[in-house]
This record gives sequence, structure tokens and C-alpha cells, in this order.
Amino acid sequence: MLSELVPVLPEIVLLAAICGVLLVDLWVPAERRQVTYLLAQASLIITLVTLFVVQPEAPRVVLHGAYIADDMSLLLKAAILIITLLVFVYSRPYLEVRGMMQGEYLVLGLCGVLGMMIMASGYNLLSLYLGLELLALCQYAMVAFRRDSPRASEAAMKYFVLGALASGMLLYGMSLLYGMTGSLDIMEIHNQLVREGVDHLGLMLGMVFVVVGMAFKLGAVPFHSWVPDVYEGAPTAVSLYIGAAPKIAGFVLLMRLLVEGLGAMHAEWQVILAVLAVASLVIGNVVAIAQTNLKRMLAYSTISHVGFILLGVLAGTTQGYASATFYVIVYSLSTAAAFGMIVLLSRRGHEAEELSDFKGLNERSPWFALVMLFVMFSMAGVPPFAGFYAKLSVLRAVVQVEMVWLAVIAVIMSIIGAFYYLRLVKMMYFDERHDDAPLQQGRGFQAALSANGVAILALGFYPAALMSLCIAAVSW
Amino acid sequence: MPVEQITFWLFSAVLIASALRVITARNPVHSVLFLVLCFFTAAGLWLLLEAEFLGILLVLVYVGAVMVLFLFVVMMLDINLEPLREGFVRYLPLGILVGVVMIAQLALILGPGHFGEEYYAMPERAPADYSNTEHLGQVLYTEYLYHFEIAAVILLVAIIAAISLTLRKRPETTNYQSPSEQVRVGKSDRLRIVPMDSEKRE
Repeated sequence: MLSELVPVLPEIVLLAAICGVLLVDLWVPAERRQVTYLLAQASLIITLVTLFVVQPEAPRVVLHGAYIADDMSLLLKAAILIITLLVFVYSRPYLEVRGMMQGEYLVLGLCGVLGMMIMASGYNLLSLYLGLELLALCQYAMVAFRRDSPRASEAAMKYFVLGALASGMLLYGMSLLYGMTGSLDIMEIHNQLVREGVDHLGLMLGMVFVVVGMAFKLGAVPFHSWVPDVYEGAPTAVSLYIGAAPKIAGFVLLMRLLVEGLGAMHAEWQVILAVLAVASLVIGNVVAIAQTNLKRMLAYSTISHVGFILLGVLAGTTQGYASATFYVIVYSLSTAAAFGMIVLLSRRGHEAEELSDFKGLNERSPWFALVMLFVMFSMAGVPPFAGFYAKLSVLRAVVQVEMVWLAVIAVIMSIIGAFYYLRLVKMMYFDERHDDAPLQQGRGFQAALSANGVAILALGFYPAALMSLCIAAVSW
Repeated sequence: MPVEQITFWLFSAVLIASALRVITARNPVHSVLFLVLCFFTAAGLWLLLEAEFLGILLVLVYVGAVMVLFLFVVMMLDINLEPLREGFVRYLPLGILVGVVMIAQLALILGPGHFGEEYYAMPERAPADYSNTEHLGQVLYTEYLYHFEIAAVILLVAIIAAISLTLRKRPETTNYQSPSEQVRVGKSDRLRIVPMDSEKRE
């Protein structure tokens, strides 16, 4: 029986580390808070190492079908851990300057990572749902972290109420699926649908509720209203956390539930995802043009990227799933870098979250203006950056299944979207600067941000390495 | 089984009526009490479904603990509900419309047309010595151990979140008395002798 626990070791190690961090933080005086920070980072690294050490050769389902260790869980968990590592590096100076560097931020962040890992390995409805709730609970608390800010409290309240509603929808859909198939296991549900057919309205109803719940969590239009408010209202360090890794977790939920569980209903959910994707692409890109707040603009840009991810999933081919996986990883990397730039320009008493704060950045720091240019070009889909290849492979997958009209809409919307990304680049390079403060963040921070920017460029030049991992991850 | 059916209809009717009263009652304390009634009747329905453990749990945990706490909070906070009710009448038609459409759609799909007895046979009745509690106990810590542990972590997160959001360190400037210092106070702390020239009365 104990050998059953070996694949689950990464989660067990992380949970033990969380308890350790929680206890150590209690005894660490406030001025030596970096001890907690280093412990949190160390626990992420140890978990990452454990993940690779215990990964079984072939996909393995343990704990009575509740847990799976396969290529997809390995790839996405590794991405989640590495991106969270970056996120902690970026959020540290922001929190320290504002006196918010408390153990709770790190512990809640780590618990969220645990939730994401549980989702990435969840192989029945119950573990997927519990992982999602664990993640969501951490996020609600983190958004409300700055208690004296009315904007943050409002954002947390909205997020909490809408998130609870979405969880209710998802749970109701899951209960219907359970009622119809008599099983909570993803594999069992899949087999049941293949055996008995999918011609039942009850199944459809369950599937629709599940899709709606997931669309809420991913922030797809028309369930996106919480995204801009939360991104803007939350402290930048928290928006950074929420924007990056949890999207990977939302994506893995989509893959496990819709693709692996309800794969037999592909024709039915394809239509729904197409509507969600088109609406997300249109609203995300068009409304982002009107934003002057960078965090809000990134929120709308997230919505449009979710549209692209949905496009890849709805194609329903290995190419489509692999390109969506590639897209979500690249998206998380570039979002982390974009928020990292906001932290870089912020300082005590100044939040560099307006677009105008980036004016003339090239004169202040040519290198970081270049990094921001990498990020913006990648998000806009300009070659040779990673975002270009991600968009290209999603479009190719969509064209391959002969849904050319979807690809056409996606391209048109990307061109519209390019406007607001390029506007920021224009501001950095051609506008007068009106902020002369030197960049204050330390060497480690600058190195991480530089590495992040270079990674976006490198993934654009050599996408094959990551792409082959993505293809392996979705080849069942 | 007419007795069973009568019980079902009775409990269902009370459940729906009290659920409606929860949102329409003017006095928040009444709302909470109606919610208690809701939970009681729902527990009754669960007993009918032979899920006696869940039924008892609902009464013990929700009615016994959660709702009592709720009642305390509602009484202590003294919420003025009038501003919350603004726009109730204005949005009522839209709300009713959406609600009716949703109920109609769900009824169409979940009604006997698709889930009738001809599709799904009546489940077999459990024998009299069957214990729901024992069965749950057997799977909770074996088959569902993983989920049980995750639920424990969720509770841990809830504790951390609640404490970090509500615990406020008392600011250092607050004036408070220190009895030990008061006891150890000496003459020199309280009394200052100022040398002054004596004055003569004119």
C-alpha cells in the first residue's frame, strides 16, 4: 500500500513544507522575514525535484483512482512550480516596501500551489473540485490581503461571491454527471459514455453546468466580469500570483473534465467553447484598447488569451491540445514578466500601474524597456517571440479541423489587440519621460526578470523543445 | 407506500415554504429561524432517502452549531436591512422571469420524461440492519482518504485566511497600565522637589 503513496510524494512534501513554513514564520521576528521567504522558495524547489524523482515511467493511477501521475501532470506541475517561484521573486520587493511581507502571503501562495498540483493530478471529480476550492480559497484571502484598501476589499468580495457561484455551478454539473454515469472517476465516466452513448439531455445539462463553472474560473466571456476588477483592485503582488499559474490549473481542469472525461461529447461542447472563445477574443481585445490602467489592460488581455486557449481545446485534436498547452505555459510566463515590470517600476508610495508610468522607459533603463518589448511583442503575437508560435500553432490546429472562420476571427482580433500592446511599446520608446526615479529593485529581481524576458525570446526561437513535451503530455 | 409519500410531500412543502420565507422575512432573526426549519425538513428528506448519517449531521452541525452562531451574529450586528432591500420590487419581475425560465428548463430535462422509472429502476431498499454511518466510516478513511486530507488542508487555509484577515496588532501608542511598574514606582518617579525662594507676605 505504501508504494501507492510514492507518486503522491510531491504533494506530501509540499504540504509538510507548508506546515514547516507556517511554524517557522511564527518564531521569526518581523525584520528577518526573508527567512520565511527563502524557506518558501526552498520548499518549491524541493517539491520540483521530488516531482521529477518520483515520476513513474508509465501513467499511474493511485489512491483508488483519485490521483494520476502522467506526462501532462508532470509538465503542468513543473510549469506551475517554476512560475510560482518567479512570482515569489517578483512579489517580494513589492510586499517588503509596503510592509505586507508576512508569512501569510507565502503560506497562502504555497497552499494555492498545492491546490493547483492536486488539480493537475486529479483523476476524479471530487479531487478536481477539492483542488479547485483549495486554490480559490487562497486566492480570495490573498486579494483581501491589504485590509485597509477599500478597492481590494471590494475586489475580494466580488471575487468571492462570483467564485462561490461558479463553484456551485460546477458542483451541480458534477453531481448531474455522477448521477448519470454512477461514477466519480474520470476514466469510468469516459468508458460509460463510450459504452452507453451520450444521447441524453441530463448529460448535456451536466456538461453545460460544468463548462459554465470552468468558464467562470478561467474568465471567459460572458463570465469575465470579475477579472478586471480583481486584477486592478488586488495588490500587484497578488494580481501577479492570480494572473500567472492558476490559469494553468484552470486549463488542466478543462483537459481532465472535458477532454478526458467527456471526450465522447466533443461535438456538443465544441459549439459552446466556440461561442465562448469568439466572445472572449472580441470583448477582450476591443475593451482592452480603452484601458489606461495597465493591470486592467492585462486583465482584458488575459480574457483574449483565454479565448485562444479555448480555440486550441475545441479543435479536439492532439495538435490542438498540445498547442493549447503550449499557449497556456507561454501565457503564464509572459503575464508573470508583465506584472514583474510593474513591480520593477513601483516604489514606496508609488504604484506604477498606469500606462503613462512606462513613458520614456527606454531612457531610464534600455534593457528593461527591451524586456517589456519582448513581453508585449510576445503577447501581441509578433515573430520571433514565443507568443507568435503559440498563436500560430493554435490557428493551425483550428484550420486543420476545417473551422477556418474561427481562425479568421482570431487573426482579426489579434491584429486589433496588437494595437494596445504596441501602444505601450511606443510610449516606452518615443514618449517623453516624466518619472526620473532610478529603478530600485535588487540584483536577484533584475536577473529573474531578465531571464524571464530572455526565456520568452528563446521559446520563440526554439519552440520545438517545449512543443514536443506538450505533444507527449496530451498523447493518451 | 402512502405514508412515505405523504411524509415526502409534507416535508417538501414545508422546505420550499420556509426557504421562501428566509428571503422574504422582514426581520433577519426570523430569516435565520426559517433557515433552521429548512435544515430540519431537509434532514427529514435525507432520512427518507435512508441517508440517516447525513440527516443527523445536518441537524447537529448546521442547526446545532452553524445556525446558532449565525443567530448570534445577526443579533449582535443589528443590520439595517432596509438599504439592502432597495430595488427589490424593481428587480422582482426580472428575477421571477429568470427564475421561472430556469425552473421550467430544469423541470423539462430532469422531469420524469428522462428520469422516470422506466429509465431508472427503483433502487433496492436497504435491509433493516444496514448502517449508513458504518458504511461511510469504512470508506471515508480508506477509499476517500485523499479527499479527506485535502478537505483538512482547505480547513487549515480557512483558519489562516480568517486569522490573517481579522487579526489586528494593537498599535504601540495605546495607553495601558502596567501593574508591575505601578507597584515598583519609587518616590523619585512621582515627586520632584523644586528649590524656590520663600516669599514673604506683604
